[in-house]
Amino acid sequence: MKPGLIIRLVVLALLVAFIITPTSFAWVFQPLTRNSQPAIYTQNSLLNLTVSHLSIVAIATIASTLLAVGLAILVTRPFGAEFLPLSRSLANIGQTFPPVAVLALAVPVLGFGTAPTLVALFLYGLLPIFENALTGLTTLPPAVTEAARGVGMTDRQRLLGVELPLATPVILAGIRLSVVISVATATIGSTVAASTLGEVIIAGLLSNNIAFIAQGGLVVGVMAVLIYDALSALERTLMQRTGQRRLRS
Amino acid sequence: MIEIEALTKDYLELTVVDRVSLTVADGEIAVIVGTSGSGKTTLLRMINRLIEPTSGTVKIDGQDTRAVPAFELRRRIGYAIQGHGLFPHRTVGQNIATVPTLLGWDKAKIAARVDELLELFQLPAAEFRDRMPSELSGGQQQRVGVARALAAEPKLLLMDEPFGALDPIIRAKAQSDLLAIQKRFGTTIVLVTHDMEEAIHLGTRIAVMDKGKLLQYAPPDEIIARPATPFVAELIGTGERPFRLLSLGKVRDLVEPGPAQGEPISADASLRDAYAECLWTGREMLPVVDADGTSIGRIRRDDIAHRAERPQ
Repeated sequence: MKPGLIIRLVVLALLVAFIITPTSFAWVFQPLTRNSQPAIYTQNSLLNLTVSHLSIVAIATIASTLLAVGLAILVTRPFGAEFLPLSRSLANIGQTFPPVAVLALAVPVLGFGTAPTLVALFLYGLLPIFENALTGLTTLPPAVTEAARGVGMTDRQRLLGVELPLATPVILAGIRLSVVISVATATIGSTVAASTLGEVIIAGLLSNNIAFIAQGGLVVGVMAVLIYDALSALERTLMQRTGQRRLRS
Repeated sequence: MIEIEALTKDYLELTVVDRVSLTVADGEIAVIVGTSGSGKTTLLRMINRLIEPTSGTVKIDGQDTRAVPAFELRRRIGYAIQGHGLFPHRTVGQNIATVPTLLGWDKAKIAARVDELLELFQLPAAEFRDRMPSELSGGQQQRVGVARALAAEPKLLLMDEPFGALDPIIRAKAQSDLLAIQKRFGTTIVLVTHDMEEAIHLGTRIAVMDKGKLLQYAPPDEIIARPATPFVAELIGTGERPFRLLSLGKVRDLVEPGPAQGEPISADASLRDAYAECLWTGREMLPVVDADGTSIGRIRRDDIAHRAERPQ
């Protein structure tokens, strides 16, 4: 086993152990507390918060992937080509729009709870995926797309059999960016009463308890790093399997 | 048989292909040659409707190509391009099986056809079938590209600079392989190139194009002997004419009985190679051997030189 993999597995094991039995790690966070504050956040199960946090991220990402990839497919077809420049600039403008602002704008419409967080994550997640899907679908090797037409594939066969499989690693890179941003951003959702790990951090901020802030931040941070890492590995595998990079022997 | 009738392609103001008419008989190799921007690739791509003509018709075996949907038409026509265009995410076997799969052949028949083609292109099936295209050399990729084009046994094969990306040695091999395979299947081929040497070597008829117009469409010896316009003559290269003419003939055509000294030459070598050999070794005549190495006579340098004279 490579050392890199061992480190990853150890970090993952520690993370899982902490989420399941946070109190057994109290000694780690004790030094950060003052005036006999509790070292571990116990008002809500950390496991429940983590599951809810990840579910919100997953639902938002799946929704934004479906829409972003669908849109990218539409604007790269001949009949949608007119919308390509427009959609590109929209995507670029959208990227500059901070998720906190989306959250602030969504609450008056959707009320408090999970919904505004889902909307914010969904909207902010759209853009990297859309941009990458466009890149993936428009930068296919010309000889390959030419050959796909030349052998007599229908438009649908070309899309499903050649274009999407070859664009998948690039699309996945967009999803990875979007997921990592969402894992971090979902914490803000707790300010509008969504059930996420942000609750721990906010509790720490309100009671001036650095131990809470650290454990909330640490769990979110480590999850983001591990997810980023896993998706990168998946991308590399796909790149190789689709023959787009020579196998390193 | 392909009948191209007044085929024209306009892009806005620009006429890329201008009322080109030509007929390619079954089993012929028609080579379209021209400089870049001459419209030769556009002409080729209008045959399988990768580009839709502005006006004019293409008939294959009497049927207008617009009578069937474009994708169905293309499945019947082999298509090989420069840089091979293999699908990088599919194995060599899957690449070759592309068109038979689209046509819905049964699996056993497809597998048998894939193996047959791999062997035909000197790529042992057991070794190459499951490899990815990125694991092959340029020459091997090019062969797989042609194998894919031939997989569904098309009667017509279109090739767009198929050997353009190969180095000279592999290119010569690929050209002779193509000629052997064409002879075996009797496939009609329309091939586009910018290389007159390749056109003369491969073509039974050569179409010379310039600025969208067809300048001349004739067998190679006629193109060399009687170029229709100064541009055609320039493309052949006036200094090259006698040698190009020689490259059309085989040693076999001029063999006479009798002995000769030194290293023998194959009866299937071109007269050009034989002449070069005479000059290089300073010999008046060369012994000639058959493919199996048996002596069948000799060839004289003077006879070859006589062949290089302008035909009457």
